[in-house]
Amino acid sequence: MKSMPARVRTRPSKSKKHSVQAIVAALFALLVIAASVYTFLYLKHDPTLTDLRGRLLGASTLHPLGTDHLGRDVLTRLLLGGGQTLGYSLLALGAALVIGIPFGLIAGYKRGWVDKVFMRIADGFLAFPDTIVAIVLSGLLGAGISNLVLAIVIVKWVSYARLVRSTVLSESQKDYIRIARTNGLSDARIMTKHLLPHIAGHVLVLASLDLGKIILLISSLSYIGLGAQPPTPEWGAMLNDSRPYFQSRPELMVYPGLAIVSVVLLANMLGDYLRDRFDVKKEVQP
Amino acid sequence: MFRILLRKFSEVFIFLLFIMFVSFLFIRLAPGDPVLTILNVDELSVSQEQVEAMREEMGFNDPLPVQFGSWLLDFVRLDFGTSYSTGQPVMQTLMSALPATAELTLGALLVMLLIAVPLGSLSAVYRGSWIDTLSRMLSIVGAAVPSFWLGLILIDLFGVRFGNLPTMGRDGFASLILPCVTLGLAISSVYVRLLRSSLLDSLSQEFVRSARARGLSEGRIFWLHALRHSLPPVITVFGVSLGSLIGGVVVIEVLFAYPGIGKLVVDAIRQRDYPLIQGYILIMAIVVFIVNTAVDLSYRYLNPEMKLKEKEAHR
Repeated sequence: MKSMPARVRTRPSKSKKHSVQAIVAALFALLVIAASVYTFLYLKHDPTLTDLRGRLLGASTLHPLGTDHLGRDVLTRLLLGGGQTLGYSLLALGAALVIGIPFGLIAGYKRGWVDKVFMRIADGFLAFPDTIVAIVLSGLLGAGISNLVLAIVIVKWVSYARLVRSTVLSESQKDYIRIARTNGLSDARIMTKHLLPHIAGHVLVLASLDLGKIILLISSLSYIGLGAQPPTPEWGAMLNDSRPYFQSRPELMVYPGLAIVSVVLLANMLGDYLRDRFDVKKEVQP
Repeated sequence: MFRILLRKFSEVFIFLLFIMFVSFLFIRLAPGDPVLTILNVDELSVSQEQVEAMREEMGFNDPLPVQFGSWLLDFVRLDFGTSYSTGQPVMQTLMSALPATAELTLGALLVMLLIAVPLGSLSAVYRGSWIDTLSRMLSIVGAAVPSFWLGLILIDLFGVRFGNLPTMGRDGFASLILPCVTLGLAISSVYVRLLRSSLLDSLSQEFVRSARARGLSEGRIFWLHALRHSLPPVITVFGVSLGSLIGGVVVIEVLFAYPGIGKLVVDAIRQRDYPLIQGYILIMAIVVFIVNTAVDLSYRYLNPEMKLKEKEAHR
């Protein structure tokens, strides 16, 4: 610990870092799209069709990644599982946005009782960690992927509404909103045409940073049996399914895990990229 | 100080009441009849009379407001009744599993500290060196690896292939190693980067320069001044991400069949054992409240400026 070059602030050239990230992300996204097109057009195997004579097979031309303990084609399940995991995560995220954004807009722009009620709710949610609420809510509703999605929406919309509200609060003080108001524009028009475009960047960044977390949450809870139920080809559930066979067929553990890691990596990179792009710093730390 | 505590407590309490109320509604209005759930546990056929008797006994025939009143009274007395599936008192069941969970959580935090403090400090002090790059890579990948998959890999490597560490249950120190390492690794990626950026910030502050000017040794500056000044953001994030830690504990406990309250609640969810779920919610609320309060208090200890600001704000 002789020299501490702490005062030197050399930034790694940002644009270069970004282009690499963007290329990797784009390539990967292409791969995902290609994979889903492939499954869509060329679905050779039924993902839930069991064939006990052909169980735990190695890779072959018929089954490029082999079969699982019930003789189901691993590649098919893997690709369809991506649709499940991503689809449900995007659904949860989208629903949370659809509820949270209008709520935050109205609470932040109109203030009044809506705002008061909202802040009470938000404080309550803040006081209680959302992962726990999601687990418990899905527990109360009953284990299953749709209840899990519902639970995620219930806990997530608050954070978007809060972000939108605080951004709107500061935006409303600016001149362009004042001018719009003096010009006699209706509140609805100001909110949708003027405020919404300004907050979209922030929301997009927070949403993309959340996406990876939601994917991890859904697959983790599916793994412990609170999310997607077998025989649904969901990655977490697939890992749970084939756990007794890992010793003889470790690939069964590798594929779904790698799939989760790479999709979450992609989502996180997208989030980082968007954060730098829109230059949103600390304020959207979820 | 007292006012802050009171406000926090009331927030937690109101939310707790709300979630308890929701869970009450779920229990009473859910499609599955709780009486049938209880009686069906033994998988014996039950007669209609038995169901009726049980229903009367548990007060399900009373009007809903009366039910809610008596339930609220029990809640205030911290009496959640007996578990549907085991017939044991809920609080007792949860309390006996709590030490196991506490052990696991503390062990994981220790592992996290053992990784995050050296790696975070080194990558701040030797900024831009290979160790900084390595820690960045690790944290980017670490943020994307699901903890249960990491656990599966570690089980496969050190429980089956290259070692025989225990992978199930709770039986002495050895059985704690894999769960704690898994969870500790899973949560450490955030803290490595956080500690690094926080340290970089502190190291560029005036007080470090003045300490250097006073001729303090680099080690002393680092450990006593810079590190201490870097802790509040780390502790903030710890408080904020407490939920994902508790959620992580649940997943790890199920993965390693570890008899803590996380596994207990997952089993309860599968069996629709509502009293047990309610008890779990309450215990978690208490834990969250204690930790958040401790986080708030630690700021005042670590950063004396806070106390002054607070006084000013109240004036």
